Amino acid sequence: MINPINQAESSFGKVLYERLFKNKEGLIAFAILAFVILIIFPTVLSPFRLNLTGKYLCYAFAAVGLVMCWGNAGILCLGQGLFFGAGGYCMAMFLKLEASDPESTAIQSTPGIPDFMDWNQVTELPWFWNPFKSLPLTIALIITLPALLAYILSVFYFKGRVSGVVFAILTQSMVACLWYFIVGNQGYFGGINGITDLKTLKGWDIRTEDAHYLLYYLCCFLLLFCILLSRYILSTRLGRVLIAQRDKEMRVRFSGYNITSFRIFIFCFAAVVSSIGGAMFTLQVGFMSPNLIGIVPSIDMVIFTAVGGRESLLGAVYGALAVNAAKTAFSEAYAAQWLFFYGATFIVIVLYLPKGLAGIYHDHIKKWIGKSMSSSKNNDGETPALVTEEKNAE
Amino acid sequence: MGDYTFDEIYAIVVMQSFSGVSLMCIYILMGLGLYIIFGQMGVINMAHAEFLVLGSYTMCLFSKFVTENMPAFENYYVIFAIPLSFGVAFGVGYLVEWFLISRLYHRPLDTLLATWGLSLIMQQCFRSFIGAREMSADLPEWLLGSWAASDIIDIPISGLVLLLLTVFLIVGLALFKTKTRMGLRMQATTQNREMTGALGINTKMTDRITFGIACGISGIAGAFFTTMASTSPSAGTNYIVDSFLVLVVGGLGSLVGLFVSGGFLALLSSILEFFMTGSIAKVWLYLVIFVVLMKFTRGLFSDKVRS
Repeated sequence: MINPINQAESSFGKVLYERLFKNKEGLIAFAILAFVILIIFPTVLSPFRLNLTGKYLCYAFAAVGLVMCWGNAGILCLGQGLFFGAGGYCMAMFLKLEASDPESTAIQSTPGIPDFMDWNQVTELPWFWNPFKSLPLTIALIITLPALLAYILSVFYFKGRVSGVVFAILTQSMVACLWYFIVGNQGYFGGINGITDLKTLKGWDIRTEDAHYLLYYLCCFLLLFCILLSRYILSTRLGRVLIAQRDKEMRVRFSGYNITSFRIFIFCFAAVVSSIGGAMFTLQVGFMSPNLIGIVPSIDMVIFTAVGGRESLLGAVYGALAVNAAKTAFSEAYAAQWLFFYGATFIVIVLYLPKGLAGIYHDHIKKWIGKSMSSSKNNDGETPALVTEEKNAE
Repeated sequence: MGDYTFDEIYAIVVMQSFSGVSLMCIYILMGLGLYIIFGQMGVINMAHAEFLVLGSYTMCLFSKFVTENMPAFENYYVIFAIPLSFGVAFGVGYLVEWFLISRLYHRPLDTLLATWGLSLIMQQCFRSFIGAREMSADLPEWLLGSWAASDIIDIPISGLVLLLLTVFLIVGLALFKTKTRMGLRMQATTQNREMTGALGINTKMTDRITFGIACGISGIAGAFFTTMASTSPSAGTNYIVDSFLVLVVGGLGSLVGLFVSGGFLALLSSILEFFMTGSIAKVWLYLVIFVVLMKFTRGLFSDKVRS
């Protein structure tokens, strides 16, 4: 009796292993990333730099979302900042409410409401701020709000077969719309200054060094979880349909699949992942402003993805880290040259490296490693994994 | 409303809608360039706004040059500045197509990114080589005045010239496309690239010229932009998203749609801006556009083409 169960369990573990990592190489690559962000960065970097790295990793969430919807499903979203901002603003609104309790805002004409509302002659907390009084509700909103937004914003367009360039342009105007919305509603959302001066989370001061360390680890674990979840999705039949419809839309349609719902799903999934990143961003940086989520930051998120490799989940993380680190290092000292360099990066990546860093690894480094190890192990790891996967599916 | 007489309200409506017409002209001129490029290669040029700024700078620098060196010439330079703006933008566009765009056919999403990179580089060029400060052209006096249509209605002459110029350009472009050999080649390449190539037409050259013309039109829009606002390296970004939307709402690839949606959006935005602050007006404008596009996902006047 025990044996079959054990077998079933071990085969379930095996399936999960293959789903998440595909083969040993995938596991090693994932382990290296986890090792780098969980162990090397915290030991090597100063607390200030680590906090900066944490900020970059928040952008990596958006990049992972883009890998899913752009790289693997062919839907370019130039407005990922919309969802990043949705998560970020939800978290910021919760923290702001906590920071503006009646005692600390006693000097205002209406104590107990955020300071920017007081400056803008708002005398009562608007109704849509009420959910942000509770942490569980806020977390629920961080997950559901972007999904709902993404659903509403995509369902009609995908049903009407809007895709490619037109949809990209539309997502860009959506994020522009959000920018104008926040800037125009200074009394309700803090306007161009954003929501600043965030201090505590349930009484826990998020500005201390210890808090930064803890939040950094939380951010890393969430990111790794999102990557695994994305991998899982890609390894299922759902993921294969997504890739298939990216490459041959009509063929998949004629095979009887309803592409619309697949597209909506992946667009919403990417939105939720980005939103988690936005929430972590607010926690680690301590403020949220419309200029962090506008048109330009949204395109930056696309370039992180492109640099890392648009089809590679791990590449997206490295891309976000590399581009942001370069930006921090160069843009202060050589602002003008940096913009030339940055613009040229777009062009060079698109022209010569459409697969980004991941492409360099796959095409050159992997061969070189294979040669230098000169082992008799299977170089082509993908085929056996696929075969076993199909066997297991049967 | 009670304080105004009927005549005054009439005058306000006329003047307000005329400012809407000026906006419409800028939208249409920007959209026209985007329309040509999209029709030709299925791509939206994200750097289009920078060609507008290029035209503006050409106008500003030319005016500076004329005022410093040939003061006697000051009243007439605009007539030469407009073709010059076209020429400069055409030249840059020609080179851009040659070295960048021509390598990216069949990859529309990538072109979007590459042209965004191009726009960053061009903006930084303006900042480094011309200067980050705002700049404006010294306009000759005959452009600055206004035309009093009645006792209380004043219509700025620059707006009238812009309107005339837009009409002139549209008619000119239509004639160019249907009557000249080059225009016919452009149309043929758009319709069937392989067949056109097989008939011995140099489609690559045609592409370069098409792209150049589209950029040149944007340059002309830029030259006229100087009569409305001062030029800065990122002046074009305020208009670019709007002109993309003009194109999308009109139904990509329809000239009639371009005019209708340009007029519709310009009118809507001047009405909205009359009632609320600028940012909120923009939000409503975009929301209206999104809802319209939810119903008409292919735009208002799309060709019924199977994709």
